[in-house]
Amino acid sequence: MSGSVALKQHLIDPEICIRCNTCEATCPIDAITHDDNNYVVDPGKCNACMDCVSPCPTGAIDNWFQVNAAFSLDEQFSWQELPPRPAEAAAEVDALDEEAAALIAGAHGHARARAPASASKPRINLFSRAQPALAKVTGNIRVTKSGTSSDVHHIILDFGAIPFPVLEGQSIGIVPPGTDANGRPHAMRLYSVCSARDGERPNTNNLALTVKRVAEPRADGTLFHGLASNYLCNLGLGDTVPVIGPFGATFLMPDDPDADILMICTGTGAAPFRGFTERRRRLAGHGRGRLHLFFGARTPEELPYFGPLQKVPPAVLARELVFSRIPGAPREYVQDRMRARAAELAPLLRRPATHIYVCGLKGLEAGADAALAEIAGPDWPALREAMRAEGRFHVETY
Amino acid sequence: MPDGMNVDYDGLIPNNVDLNADARVKKALETWHPGYIDWWKDMGPEGFQEALVYLRTAVSVDPKGWAKFDYVRMPEYKWGILLAPRVEGRLIGFGAHKGEPAWQDIPGEYRGMLRRLMVIQGDTEPASVEQQRHLGKTAPSLYDMRNLFQVNVEEGRHLWAMVYLLQKYMGRDGREEAEELLRRRSGDADSPRMLGAFNEQTPDWVSFFMFTFFTDRDGKMQLEALAQSGFDPLSRTCRFMLTEEAHHMFVGETGVQRIIERSCEAMRAAGIDDPTDTDRVRALGVIDLPTLQRKMNLHFSLTLDLFGSEVSTNAANAYNAGLKGRYREDKLEDDHRLIDSTYPVLRCKDGAIIRDESVPALSALNMRLRDDYVTDCQGGVNRWNKVIERAGIPFRLTLPHVAFNRRIGEFAAIEADPEGRVLDAGAWAANRDRWLPTADDNLYVTGLMKPVDAAGAYASWIAAPKVGIDNKPGHFEYVKLWS
Repeated sequence: MSGSVALKQHLIDPEICIRCNTCEATCPIDAITHDDNNYVVDPGKCNACMDCVSPCPTGAIDNWFQVNAAFSLDEQFSWQELPPRPAEAAAEVDALDEEAAALIAGAHGHARARAPASASKPRINLFSRAQPALAKVTGNIRVTKSGTSSDVHHIILDFGAIPFPVLEGQSIGIVPPGTDANGRPHAMRLYSVCSARDGERPNTNNLALTVKRVAEPRADGTLFHGLASNYLCNLGLGDTVPVIGPFGATFLMPDDPDADILMICTGTGAAPFRGFTERRRRLAGHGRGRLHLFFGARTPEELPYFGPLQKVPPAVLARELVFSRIPGAPREYVQDRMRARAAELAPLLRRPATHIYVCGLKGLEAGADAALAEIAGPDWPALREAMRAEGRFHVETY
Repeated sequence: MPDGMNVDYDGLIPNNVDLNADARVKKALETWHPGYIDWWKDMGPEGFQEALVYLRTAVSVDPKGWAKFDYVRMPEYKWGILLAPRVEGRLIGFGAHKGEPAWQDIPGEYRGMLRRLMVIQGDTEPASVEQQRHLGKTAPSLYDMRNLFQVNVEEGRHLWAMVYLLQKYMGRDGREEAEELLRRRSGDADSPRMLGAFNEQTPDWVSFFMFTFFTDRDGKMQLEALAQSGFDPLSRTCRFMLTEEAHHMFVGETGVQRIIERSCEAMRAAGIDDPTDTDRVRALGVIDLPTLQRKMNLHFSLTLDLFGSEVSTNAANAYNAGLKGRYREDKLEDDHRLIDSTYPVLRCKDGAIIRDESVPALSALNMRLRDDYVTDCQGGVNRWNKVIERAGIPFRLTLPHVAFNRRIGEFAAIEADPEGRVLDAGAWAANRDRWLPTADDNLYVTGLMKPVDAAGAYASWIAAPKVGIDNKPGHFEYVKLWS
C-alpha cells in the first residue's frame, strides 16, 4: 500500500473492542492480527471484503478513515483509542468502490445525505468488479403493457448459495459484457433493488431490479440503444450475471414501524419504493406508520407494476397514481397531485417520524421541492435541511 | 461454495444440515419443538413475550450475510441449527488419534464420553435463561433490555445446537437427554441444573453483567476446547456458537465498564477523592467500586469451580480420545499428545498452597484451560482499570487468587484471602464481608434496580454505550413494549 495515495483505511476502535478474536478467526486472508494490547488490521492486506464486519459483536470493527498515509501495524498496536476521526468520515460511507461512490454522489446531488436513524445497518462492497457475485436470472418479465413505448422489465437475480444481503433502497452494480471502442471494460451502472431485504418471496436469496430499456431517438434520426439496459432486458432465464456491490448507505428505509414514509417518483424511480412497500406489507400489523406514494407516468399502461400496486392494502399504502398523457384529460404531474393533497400532506410533513424520498429523473427533484415548499410554507428550506440532517429527506435522481 | 453454507428457512426448523433429507432426526426435533416453546414461555423472559425486540438472527454461516437485525417477538425467534462450514480433509488435531481423518459419525467407543460432554454443555444454556428471567423488569435501559434478550435467545439457540447433536447421533439415549434438558430447572431442589454456578440466582443487573463477563467466558473456553474436537459435527457446532458467544462477552465487559464510567464520572463531579468513602458515593446513586470488587470476587470464584478438579482423569481421557482439546489447540506448538510432558498445577498440601511441577500434562488439562481463562479475564479487568485510571481515581480492580472462595477442586478444603494466603476459619469469618458481597451491598444494589424504559434514557448507575447495536443512534427504541 503506497504511503502517499489517499485511501480508506480499515481500523478497529480499541476502546470498544473486547478482544474476542472473532474478526481474526473470520478474516479469510489473515489481514487481522493482535498483540497483548490491540487487535489491528494490516493495511497492506485488507481488501475491504467486509467478512469481519457482521460477526463483530461490538461494532468496533467498522471504522474507515480517509488517510493520506496508512497507520502502520505498530502505530495501531500502541493505541489506547482511535486517532481523531477525519471530518469527512462522520457521515455514512455509501461505497468503498470509487466508481460506485461517484455514481451515488451524482444521484444524491450536492447535499450530504444521512441514513434514517432507525435504518438497518447496510452491508456494502461485498463484491467487486474483480470478484463479482454470480447471480442467475430466474425471472425477466415486462411490467408495462406491450405496445407502449416504455419497455420496463422486472428482472429477478438469484444468488443460490452466495450471501448477498441487501436492504431496500440499496443498489447493485452491473457492468455490460464486452469492451468499449478503446478496448477497455465498460463503465459500471447502478440499479436500485426493487425487492425487500428477505427476497422476492420471504426467505429467498434473490433480488429484483426494475430496468427500463433505453431506446432514445437522436437528433440525427437514429435510435440510441442503452448498452446496459438492453443487456439486462435481453437476459434469458438461467443466464449468469456478474453482480457488484451492494452499495448505498443512506437512501434506506426507516425500520421504525411507526414512521410514515412519503415516496415521490416517476418511471423506474419506483424501484426502491416497491422494495419499501413489500417490506411494510410483510410486516403489516407491526406498526402504526403508513406509506404515501405519489407515482407519475404518462399512462396507466406505462406505469410499471400498475396491476400489483392495486392489490396492496390501503392500510399499508396510500397511493396516488398520476398520469400526464391520458387522451382527453388534462396533463397532470406528480407535483400537481401533491398540491391537491396539501391538506393531508401539510400535517404529515410536520410529524417527527415522517421520512420523504424522491426518486426519478433529474427534473423531478425541482418539481417535488416546489410543491413541498408550497404545502409546508415559508420555513420549508429550514425544515428540509433539518429533515436531511436527521436522515428523513432523501433524493436519488438520474 | 463450501458444503452447508446455505440455510434452509422454509421448514419449522431453520438449518444448514439438510434436515429434510433425514426424516428420523427431523421428526425427533419437530416432536421436541413444542416442549421447547413451552419451556421458553414458562421459563424465558418473564413479562416480555409479546414485546417487539430488535434482535439479531443468524441467517447464514457465511460471514458476508450471517446476521440480520429486526424487530421480533421472542417466541417467534428463528431458533435454528447452524454448523460452521465443513473443512474438507480436516484431521484430528490431538490425542491418540492425531492425524486421522476427523470423525463424521460417532466413534462407538467414545459414545458415552461424548454424550456427557454434550449434555453438560447443553444444560448450561437453558439454565442461564432461567437464571435471568426476571431481569427484564428492572432493565436500566431499553438498550440493556435488548442485550439481555439477545443473550437469552442465543442461549436458547445453543440448547438447540446440543439437542440436534444428541438427537442425530445418540439415538434413544439422546432423545431422553433432550427431554431432560427441558425438565431440569435452575435452582430447583428436586431437579437442579447440573453445574453449581447455574443454580445460583442472578438477582440484579450487576450480577448479570458479572455473570456474562465471568461465567459466559467459561462457556467460551469450553466451546473453544470442544471446537477442536475430532468429532467433526461437534467441532463445527461449537465454532459457530463461538461467534454468538462473543456477543455475551461484549454485554458483560461493556456492562461493567459502563457502571465504572458512571461511578467515576459521578465521583469526580462531586469532588470525591476517596473511592472507598462508600456512603458518599452511594448517596450519588451510583455503585461504589469496592462493591464492584466484591461482586467480581464472587462471580470469578464461582466460575472457577466450573472448570472442575485441577487434576482430572476425565479431562485426560477426553483429550486422549480426541474429543476435547485445549484452548486454541490448533495454534499451539507441541506434539499435541502430551504423553510425556508435565504442566505446573497449584495444589493444596498440608493446608498450604504449593506449585506442583510434576503433574502429567494430560491430567492437568482442566488447570491449563483455567489458566487460559484467567489470562482472558485479566485482559478485560485491565481495560476496566484504564477507565478508572483515566478518571484519576486511586483504585484498581484485581482478580482474586484462584484459591479464594472455592468449593470444588484443590482449594475446596481451605479458606484463602484474595491474595492467596491461607486462613483459619476464624480469620475467614471475620473478613468475609470485606471480600464478598454483603447483605448491605445486595440491599443497596437491589434498591437501585428500577426500570428505565424511555428510549435513550439510562438508570443513574450506568453510562450510555459508546455505540449502539447495529449502529443505531442513542434514542433508538430497542424494545417496543406497547404491542
